[in-house]
Amino acid sequence: MFRGLLNLTWLEIKIFMREPLGFLGTVGMPVLLFVVLGRSFGGSVNSNARVREFVGEDLPVLAAVFMAIGAVLSLVTIIAIYRESGILKRLRATPLRPHTILTAHVLVKLVFTALTLILMAAAGRRFYPVALDPPWLSFATALLLSTVSIMSVGFLVASLVPTARFAQPIGAIIFYPMLGLSGLFVPLQSMPPAVQTIAHALPLTYAVSLLRGAWLGEPWLAHIWDLAALAAVFVVCTALSARVFRWE
Amino acid sequence: MTRTAVIEVSGLSKRYGTTVAVDDVSFEVYDGEIFGLIGPNGAGKTTTMECVEGVRTPDAGRVKVLGFDPARDQYRLQQRIGVQLQEAHLQKRIKVGEAISLWASLYKSVVNHDQLLAQLGLSEKRNAWFMTLSGGQKQRLFIALALINDPEVVFLDELTTGLDPQARHAIWDLVRSIRTRGKTVFLTTHLMEEAERLCDRVAIIDRGRIIDIDTPSGLVRRHCPQRSVLLTTEDSRAEEHLGTLPGVTVTRGDAVDNPLMMPLVIRGDAHDLMTSVIQCLADHQIRVIDFQTMVPTLEDVFLKVTGHSIRGTS
Repeated sequence: MFRGLLNLTWLEIKIFMREPLGFLGTVGMPVLLFVVLGRSFGGSVNSNARVREFVGEDLPVLAAVFMAIGAVLSLVTIIAIYRESGILKRLRATPLRPHTILTAHVLVKLVFTALTLILMAAAGRRFYPVALDPPWLSFATALLLSTVSIMSVGFLVASLVPTARFAQPIGAIIFYPMLGLSGLFVPLQSMPPAVQTIAHALPLTYAVSLLRGAWLGEPWLAHIWDLAALAAVFVVCTALSARVFRWE
Repeated sequence: MTRTAVIEVSGLSKRYGTTVAVDDVSFEVYDGEIFGLIGPNGAGKTTTMECVEGVRTPDAGRVKVLGFDPARDQYRLQQRIGVQLQEAHLQKRIKVGEAISLWASLYKSVVNHDQLLAQLGLSEKRNAWFMTLSGGQKQRLFIALALINDPEVVFLDELTTGLDPQARHAIWDLVRSIRTRGKTVFLTTHLMEEAERLCDRVAIIDRGRIIDIDTPSGLVRRHCPQRSVLLTTEDSRAEEHLGTLPGVTVTRGDAVDNPLMMPLVIRGDAHDLMTSVIQCLADHQIRVIDFQTMVPTLEDVFLKVTGHSIRGTS
């Protein structure tokens, strides 16, 4: 059923590495930014409680969410380019199943997200002044689940963008405002009720809550509703994409 | 000789919104032949072919390829056919060798990669990225991908569009070699010369409907039986003598530099027109300076049966 999936995934990874700025933009930039941010706060960490809290709690979640969004935007763009230039159609006219082609792209993005996460963790240990020992396995799992869920929204967006040219900007317009309402910058409780309602309708809000909980080592059971919401988003968006996804 | 049909299409229809792309199309493609679907851009060639390949689902009609229903048995059928799509692309930075390996991993039985690349003149391009290939090389790669699983039927959609004449001739040789190996080839083209040189039989399609199906020479004989001869002579008796031949009209052609050298245009339906003209010239000992025969082509047939030129927009 997934004949050729590993071949195709490995091939797409190699092709991606050949893109100018492909690896550097996806993996290098976030890690670099992370290190630079950490260095610039370095001096004040121990004297300022707010900074300490930011570096210790918010920054990792922020970085993780940016990674997830970056992966999704990159997915939307590559699907749009592949569709526009007829690559999707050509691959589809082989024994490759449609879902195999799309799954391969999701796997590629997850591989690079995982790589970024590992490098960030390593960079954090080496360069950050705050000694942290978060539950890495839970956090990585939370990030994986969040990314997969948001990627299903990405497929829906990829079905709707008219051309590859607009894929990146339209994706950004959809995902970055979600970030603003996700509770990452402003606590949900301090938002007006109407805005809170909107925030609760957005998948990123649940991703942020789940990631924060995982980072702080809260039990999974406490975030069962976040998991349920992300799962619901995944199921609905995947089902919708299966109906409206355009191959050419 | 009874021939086995490897592709059977009957009553095929496909519409996009309110536009009818393919309208009640029926034809058969026989084992071991090169069959061409010819018509202008937008006539429904690609849609028809993609319904037969199983890439597209028809609205109505019956399609059988090697006994399979392409819409239902797409994956089993794909093991036995090879497909080249119109204006297809691969990943910009995929290597030729990688594309071949990927495709090879998808089929149960495959031909030898090295031999295939050598046959298509791509051996030296094995490590080249797709984006660095010329138009002709890309098309040869797509033919290679279509042949990797040693298919029984090969589909080629607008194979030589955008290629220079030299690359085009090379591709034509390749297609003939596919037939030589006993494969069936189903192709589409809007180039009448291509159809005339390659195809054993052609179907003319216009505005979604099949207008006629026959061998290229059969179509010409039935629709454009008229032959003509362009004759240049200084002998003033020629016009008069040739005019007495049964079923023949003689007119003066366009003036050339020397008014005495205006060619005579001799037209007639009879397939022995040439013989009778030559006989007549010999009988009257008319000295001929130039003698040209004008044979109608598929292009003339197309104009005759559709009422418009294949090059014009329909």
